[in-house]
Amino acid sequence: MVNQAISPLLQIVDLCVSVEDQQILKGVNLTVNAGEVHAIMGPNGSGKSTLANSLAGRPEYSVVSGEVLYRGEDLLALEPEDRARRGLFLAFQYPMELPGVRAWQFLKAAVDAKRQHNGEEEMSAREFDQFLKDKVSQVDIDPELSRRNVNEGFSGGEKKRNEILQMAMLEPDLALLDETDSGLDIDALRIVSEGVNKLRNPSNAVVLVTHYQRILNYITPDFVHVLVDGRIVRSGGADLAHELEEKGYDWIREMVS
Amino acid sequence: MSTQKIISRNTSSDDLASDYKWGFTIDIEEDAAPKGLNEDIVRLISAKKEEPEWLLEWRLKAFRHWMRQNFEEPSWAHLSHPVIDFQDIHYYAAPKTKEDGPKSLDEVDPELIEAFNKLGIPLDEQKKMTGVAVDAVLDSVSVATTYQDMLEKSGIIFCSMSEAVKNHPELVRKYLGSVVPYTDNFYASLNSAVFSDGSFAYIPKGVRCPIELMTYFRINAEESGQFERTLIVAEEASYVSYLEGCTAPMRKSTQLHAAVVELIALDDAEIKYSTLQNWFPGDKEGVGGVYNFVTKRGKAAGRNSKISWTQVETGSAITWKYPSVVLQGDNSVGEFYSVALVNNYQQADTGTKMIHIGKNTKSTIVAKGISAGKAENTYRGLVKINASANGAKNFTQCDSLLIGDQCGAHTVPYIEVKNPTAQMEHEATTSKVSDDQLFYCQQRGIGVEDAHYMIINGFCRGIFQELPFEFAMEASQLLKVSLEGTVG
Amino acid sequence: MAEISSKYPQYTHDYHLVGSDKTETTLLEEMRQPAWTVFNNIGLPTARRGNEKWKYTDVRPIANKTFVYAPNVSIDRGLELKSLENFTPNSDDWINLVFIDGVYQPRANKKILDSVEVSTLHEALENHEELVKKYLGREADYSEDGFTALNTAFIEDGAFVLASESSEENTVVNLVFLTSGQVSDCVTYPRVLLIAQPGSHLSVIENYVSLCESSSLTNSVTEIYVEENATIKHYRICLEKAHGFHVGVSRVCQEADSTFISASFALGAAIGRNDFHVLLDGEGANCELSGLYLTLNDQHQDNFISIDHAKPNGTSRLFYKGILDGSSKAVFGGNVIVRKNAQKTDAQQTDKNLLLSDSAEIDSKPSLLIYADDVVCGHGATAGHIDEDTLFYMRSRGLDAETASRILIHAFAAEILDKVDLLPLGEFLNNIYDEYIPSATLSFGSVQ
Repeated sequence: MVNQAISPLLQIVDLCVSVEDQQILKGVNLTVNAGEVHAIMGPNGSGKSTLANSLAGRPEYSVVSGEVLYRGEDLLALEPEDRARRGLFLAFQYPMELPGVRAWQFLKAAVDAKRQHNGEEEMSAREFDQFLKDKVSQVDIDPELSRRNVNEGFSGGEKKRNEILQMAMLEPDLALLDETDSGLDIDALRIVSEGVNKLRNPSNAVVLVTHYQRILNYITPDFVHVLVDGRIVRSGGADLAHELEEKGYDWIREMVS
Repeated sequence: MSTQKIISRNTSSDDLASDYKWGFTIDIEEDAAPKGLNEDIVRLISAKKEEPEWLLEWRLKAFRHWMRQNFEEPSWAHLSHPVIDFQDIHYYAAPKTKEDGPKSLDEVDPELIEAFNKLGIPLDEQKKMTGVAVDAVLDSVSVATTYQDMLEKSGIIFCSMSEAVKNHPELVRKYLGSVVPYTDNFYASLNSAVFSDGSFAYIPKGVRCPIELMTYFRINAEESGQFERTLIVAEEASYVSYLEGCTAPMRKSTQLHAAVVELIALDDAEIKYSTLQNWFPGDKEGVGGVYNFVTKRGKAAGRNSKISWTQVETGSAITWKYPSVVLQGDNSVGEFYSVALVNNYQQADTGTKMIHIGKNTKSTIVAKGISAGKAENTYRGLVKINASANGAKNFTQCDSLLIGDQCGAHTVPYIEVKNPTAQMEHEATTSKVSDDQLFYCQQRGIGVEDAHYMIINGFCRGIFQELPFEFAMEASQLLKVSLEGTVG
Repeated sequence: MAEISSKYPQYTHDYHLVGSDKTETTLLEEMRQPAWTVFNNIGLPTARRGNEKWKYTDVRPIANKTFVYAPNVSIDRGLELKSLENFTPNSDDWINLVFIDGVYQPRANKKILDSVEVSTLHEALENHEELVKKYLGREADYSEDGFTALNTAFIEDGAFVLASESSEENTVVNLVFLTSGQVSDCVTYPRVLLIAQPGSHLSVIENYVSLCESSSLTNSVTEIYVEENATIKHYRICLEKAHGFHVGVSRVCQEADSTFISASFALGAAIGRNDFHVLLDGEGANCELSGLYLTLNDQHQDNFISIDHAKPNGTSRLFYKGILDGSSKAVFGGNVIVRKNAQKTDAQQTDKNLLLSDSAEIDSKPSLLIYADDVVCGHGATAGHIDEDTLFYMRSRGLDAETASRILIHAFAAEILDKVDLLPLGEFLNNIYDEYIPSATLSFGSVQ
């Protein structure tokens, strides 16, 4: 814990990423310390989701140049599952459906993989049952979701809530929420936000990628960054989000051009 | 055309590289007839088994019918293999036992009991599997049947076919060949002429069989064809769940297996037939393995009767198999649930036939095919709705999963509808494990290989659910073993 | 030289007369001889066992019949061309090419364009010998196909269409092959060669119409070459009479980024066969094949359709619908093949059938043969009658059962008919189906 506090949790240096030969990120710099909540805002196509997905190691996103240190370790050299086992969690904008794969089985495999990585024993079925039950009630999610197949036939809102349940189960050190608020009605947004707030603590950090200021009414960020055309063009405190909401993204575009 | 003979390849060494863990051989004295097939061999088999005259006559008729087909095997399947030399096979091989056969398990060759122990099928009264009565068949001869006494109390007959011919000739005579006549197809004719043993089950009227009945088939002998015959009769309002497991040692030579299974369900009766087929698939280079040509058919003869086939096919070099249901009784139900997995050089052409004759008959087909390596997998299924089948319904779902770009996955449905009130629907998809699904699993910390197994298992879940619980676990395990090294 | 075939004496007799009275073009003669040899070896596909391609269609009624080669019969073919309008779709804006009883009718040509050449094969041999040499017969393989062999053995003339880059999609070529009925028991061998050069656009209609009340056989072969970036819209209309036999073979080869959209309409034959094969031989080719078959009385219609994805990034949609009445029988044999390197293929296949009587039969075999893993492929098939609930719903709104069911049958057919975007053709087809469907509805009423 002490060691982690010394170096930043995440340090992104001049990150350039392309998708299908088109460069999306053009030199992103960002430092995230434990205990912080960062919001990355930006218009459509600015590269917000690309940033979240390339940190998680999604294969289609190729890092052209730059460096990402996660607790001082080269994150980009790790396989996606190794990043996950080290505590990096991505809540997907569009969570995948896994037909026939029971949520219970999936979550247990994920939890056990992380425990094994940390040199811990796999959980017994009974232990896991209890653990799952606790988390389900902690994040206020319909217990039925954990009995079904992973995301299969879920509504958009159910999928997003299921992501928060997974996040609660895996207790990440760095949670990347990729437009988790999009497509949620006000009740779902509240449930999801409360889930995230409950999971916040001084040793973990949250990076929230969003188009709208709305979710920031529920999750107060320490820092707000504005991403335009693959670069962070402005950083500030929570009030920057309000300013953006008022003046719109065109205001930022005009300012930087 | 190749002149290579599949049965008599060099078998001198046993150094086949394979992960097939059921591949041990056992050293048991075998009583085998000379190679080749003629009327004398048919007579010999019948004599060895001390069969009544009518059965010998039936075998001879079948043999003559088979001979008339002039060694022309069916050629429509999407399969290719060297020509089988039917005169280079032993048509009778049996473990040598004491003169009159074992009267109790104490008299059974301990090597045999040990062989089944190794497979996890203890035959010993003290250790036998709970809730499952097992008929253990080695090289087409029934070795031992557990729980027989207990079953007898409820009037259930569960024994080897040979015993049934001796003790219940009237039942065997009435039903043998009534669903699969000896004229049915090339392999059914051959089986009818030379079948050696198999299982027989009879569930009397109104009886729900309290435990699962299981036959465990094991091929051991070399260069022998395997020809079991299974017959299950469910009288009115009875129920039985029957399981079938199959393994074989690793051999460089291929082995021919041509079995016939007949099921009869009378009014309100239900038969559930589950198979885990794990015959030796051949090694990674496609050497050896079992050629599996099987005719399985059930007749849902009675009103409201139901026949359900569930199969998990992971073994055999060649699989040619179409477990079918003739829906004769009004309101009868037929089901076919299948997972067929092929890897390396395996080839499978498997599916079902649902023949709707009775009114308001209903059939469901769910077939999942998985292809990996250089294997070829074909679903071939017929849904036939006769003019008499008012209100018949069929639903068919065929899904294929391809692993790698060297294999093939084919779907060949035949749909024949002669009744306007019938409703049938067929759906099929072909896909691979998607990169997005894999990444999602990886992002949750699950490794690529485990993620593959998880997704493939999910793909098969609907089928595994139809299996009795222990079998479902085993099936899932089999899938993993069969795919080792192909994913991730 | 061809030996005398004892099995098909009439064909042998006719074969030796083909072209004997004309100044022979050697290219066609060179094609005829080997085809005739093959036909003599394999004959017509009459085998009832192990004959997967003809599993549900017995061609013995065709094979056992003796037909007269119509062009050899000298009659007056002065059928008023004007009256053609009663049997075929037409428009003053279209380029027409008309054959009556296998003989070209030059008077029917009205319109000439620079961008699209429409002529007989004979004329094409003079103007485009190299093209004809290169393409004629290339995709119409007859080594295992007796009907294609027979057609090729009788190539005497045919239709030739060449679309160049400057062509436009609203250019319509209307090919008419009419069996007049003036010759009893006649056989014709229509042949079409269509070449769409790179970047060209064209709509083409093939009409096979018979007025022959006695038995007749139309044994046609069409080859269509759609080169890079070309777009062809194709319609195949087959209107036979009750004793007519029709075996139509269509072979399409598509190059990279080409588009081929086709709709087939079959009505009326005693035995009809629509054998349609598309080879996607270039990357990114797109193919849509749809069809509507309506069978009445004891008619038999066999659709044998295949799409072969040989190159990556292709898309195909195969969508056929059938309406069956009386004791008729229809067959749908669909076959989508995805070859080993044809990754990223997207192929869908659907066959839907409406059975209106209790003695009609549909045999549907929608197959997929897949050798590439990164593909999205699926197929679906349905067979059933008119949905009772829908019918009840309509009746509860005051419609009588017959009207309601006719509306529903029309709606079923409309899904394919609506794909026709040439107005005169759409109207023509709608009228034809209007004429046929009511009789189907009546017998449906008796099932109720």
